[in-house]
Amino acid sequence: MTRLIVGPFNRVEGDLEVRLDIADGRVARAEVTAPMYRGFENLLTGRAPHDALVIVPRICGICSVSQSVAAARALADAAGITPPPNGVLATDLMLACENLADHLTHFYLFFMPDFTRPVYAGRPWFDAAQQRFAAGQGSHARAAIAARQRWFELIGTLGGKWPHTHSIQPGGSSRAVDAAERLRLLAKVREFRAFLEATTFGAQLEEVATLDSEAALDAWWAADPQRGDLRLFLTVSADLGLPGLGAGPGRYLSYGAFHAPDGSPAVPAGLWDATLGRLLPLDLAGITEDPSHAWLADGGQVARHPSQGLTVPDADKPGAYSWNKAPRLAGQVVETGAIARQLASGQPLLRAAVARWGGTVHTRVLARLIELARVVPWMEQWLLALQPREPFCGPDALPEQAAGVGLAEAARGALGHWLRVERGRIASYQIVAPTSWNFSPRDAAGRPGALEAALVGAPVQPGEATPVAVQHIVRSFDPCMVCTVH
Amino acid sequence: MAAPRLNVLWLQSGGCGGCSMSLLCADTADFPGLLQANGLDLLWHPTLSLASGHEFIQLLDDCLAGRQRLDILCVEGALLRGPNGSGRFHILAGTGRPMTDWVQRLAGVATHVVAVGSCAAWGGISAITDHEGANPTEACGLQYDDDRPGGLLGAGFIARGGLPVVNIAGCPTHPGWVLDSLMMLAAGLLTRDELDPLNRPRFYADQLVHHGCTRNEYYEFKASAVKSSDLGCMMEHMGCKGTQAHADCNTRLWNGEGSCTRGGYACVSCTEPGFQDPGHPFHLTPKLAGIPIGLPTDMPKAWFVALASLSKSATPKRVKLNAVADHLVQTPAIKKTRLK
Repeated sequence: MTRLIVGPFNRVEGDLEVRLDIADGRVARAEVTAPMYRGFENLLTGRAPHDALVIVPRICGICSVSQSVAAARALADAAGITPPPNGVLATDLMLACENLADHLTHFYLFFMPDFTRPVYAGRPWFDAAQQRFAAGQGSHARAAIAARQRWFELIGTLGGKWPHTHSIQPGGSSRAVDAAERLRLLAKVREFRAFLEATTFGAQLEEVATLDSEAALDAWWAADPQRGDLRLFLTVSADLGLPGLGAGPGRYLSYGAFHAPDGSPAVPAGLWDATLGRLLPLDLAGITEDPSHAWLADGGQVARHPSQGLTVPDADKPGAYSWNKAPRLAGQVVETGAIARQLASGQPLLRAAVARWGGTVHTRVLARLIELARVVPWMEQWLLALQPREPFCGPDALPEQAAGVGLAEAARGALGHWLRVERGRIASYQIVAPTSWNFSPRDAAGRPGALEAALVGAPVQPGEATPVAVQHIVRSFDPCMVCTVH
Repeated sequence: MAAPRLNVLWLQSGGCGGCSMSLLCADTADFPGLLQANGLDLLWHPTLSLASGHEFIQLLDDCLAGRQRLDILCVEGALLRGPNGSGRFHILAGTGRPMTDWVQRLAGVATHVVAVGSCAAWGGISAITDHEGANPTEACGLQYDDDRPGGLLGAGFIARGGLPVVNIAGCPTHPGWVLDSLMMLAAGLLTRDELDPLNRPRFYADQLVHHGCTRNEYYEFKASAVKSSDLGCMMEHMGCKGTQAHADCNTRLWNGEGSCTRGGYACVSCTEPGFQDPGHPFHLTPKLAGIPIGLPTDMPKAWFVALASLSKSATPKRVKLNAVADHLVQTPAIKKTRLK
């Protein structure tokens, strides 16, 4: 048994360290360390409740809008208000813009460059991967940065800037859109669609979004294997066995995302249980956070619901190895992200692929790309549904004493804010971020978090100091460590 | 003779990474090409580089040992000195050493040191004073602790190239502020004279957010917004500090056609030290006897009060009505004669 300390990982958001015990050329045990503490929950305490709208987006520079949406929803819940339809649509548009930009950034800048490493120089797809994805050089990576820049102009108009807009309010959006602007935004969405169809998919979005089985995906790939980056990913994935690499816990958490025309969630909330093949109802009361392996005091109670949560640093705590608490749902480890949303919303290809392979490097990446293809057409519909001259923001008056919960689906998965207001000030603010779930440390019972378990069995080649298979697994979750250590 | 090229090493610590994410929104058809064409080589950047783990740590060691020249050290995020001055709130992964220690040593070998964002410049949002009056992570900037010179590197720090830390303050930074600063360094044009008294590049910090604000007509007549999404001026009630905040946000727009005020919300003066603790709710203007405490920069108070009361009484009905609506409810009159 040898021990490897791996880090820092770049091409993830924030700092990350992984400690690996290696036996017989495979990872036998993993510990995931979030090596930075930020303490936002305590910084929010005592502030005016609306200050959260300025402070929480700054938890994260990549999922900033998601943090804003969760905060606005927590305040709206506490105030007992619902935004007008335009406010709901504008918020969904900004959230979708950020989520899809993050998927694009993840695929082109964070995940694919690892396949240009010299270790893969002999593979038949290597030259194509290098030409398209070489870090800072690849032709498609460069084109993706340019497409992303244009894409974020959507939030430039709807929210003033990205990251860290303050236009997302409990009452809706502070930026009304007029009729001509609505068409201009639609033109931008169509421009992004054109990039995806030409470069990422080499196919119409609707064709990709409706792939309904692995056989259909295989046939689609075989029709033109060189065309589009999804097909190149499928080539690489099959060659390297990514479908079998980095299996998660088999339970997938979605808080529900976006709104259908009737107001119901476009992606349902729930827990997809892969063993049962069923979406179970989401029981928010069953969420706990456990700091037993974090450098955080437990205040005499190990597992707490976030509404009763506590964040008290204890840098010398014995047995601790991360600044991240261990979130659990009904005591169980879950995984969250695009894969959970695709399963919850019944996308047949993802349900079939996960039934066969589980949540793995392959299915996580596939889920993001399918989500890109599915959500862009939704955004076109939302823009057409905006009603210029109708209100975008309703009033919000917050009582002196109140409590609220704000749930959102960030690109990386389920994000929750639990707020309590006393005497007109924030008395408690607890945040459970997507990567808090995915990169959780062990809990009091010693159960490893989703990544910790997913790394077990990963191959380590002789002489590897930063094993490439470990990098694939880590990055397949698209971790956001700055959110994790909020 | 070919112009010298400068390399850039970019580190992140106590922040959100948003300045890097914003940088990638630079208005260019080819981001790597832009750097390349303007004399800048990325030695390493967290988002854009392949090197991970041991490869990256080797690079840092090479810089410190002089095997690798280091021209520009960019730091994003606050420096976390806690707990108790130990720096253990951020141990750089894979190294067992506090990030504060790495930054101090690397700053000593870099030709230029650049603070990207208000966290790295002053401490920023990470340095919020909590309800017990503390800055729990002991967050500070590279050369400032809020508005007090000092910070991690100390008030007297001068990088090898002769400049103090260049503070590209903002939360986040506009991609243009960062790129213009780096390109000026590469061109040898960012001299001491080009920095303001807080060591911010003057090309953006000599401007005010108010300049170019689309709400200027409402400002002139003190026709004020009273609730979120109103079109009126946000200075009187909604906490806007655009008439005092140093930045060119309304002349150098964000993500196409955006800015905070164009997005319908107040400027919180994110380029200024201490913006995180304004002493009042961000969205409400603090007032004394009904008059905003924070008056426009360089404006005598008596004149402001006199002009405000005069202009309020002269406000056209159109401006008054539109100020409290989220779209134009009354359009400008069309005159029947040629405009004079």
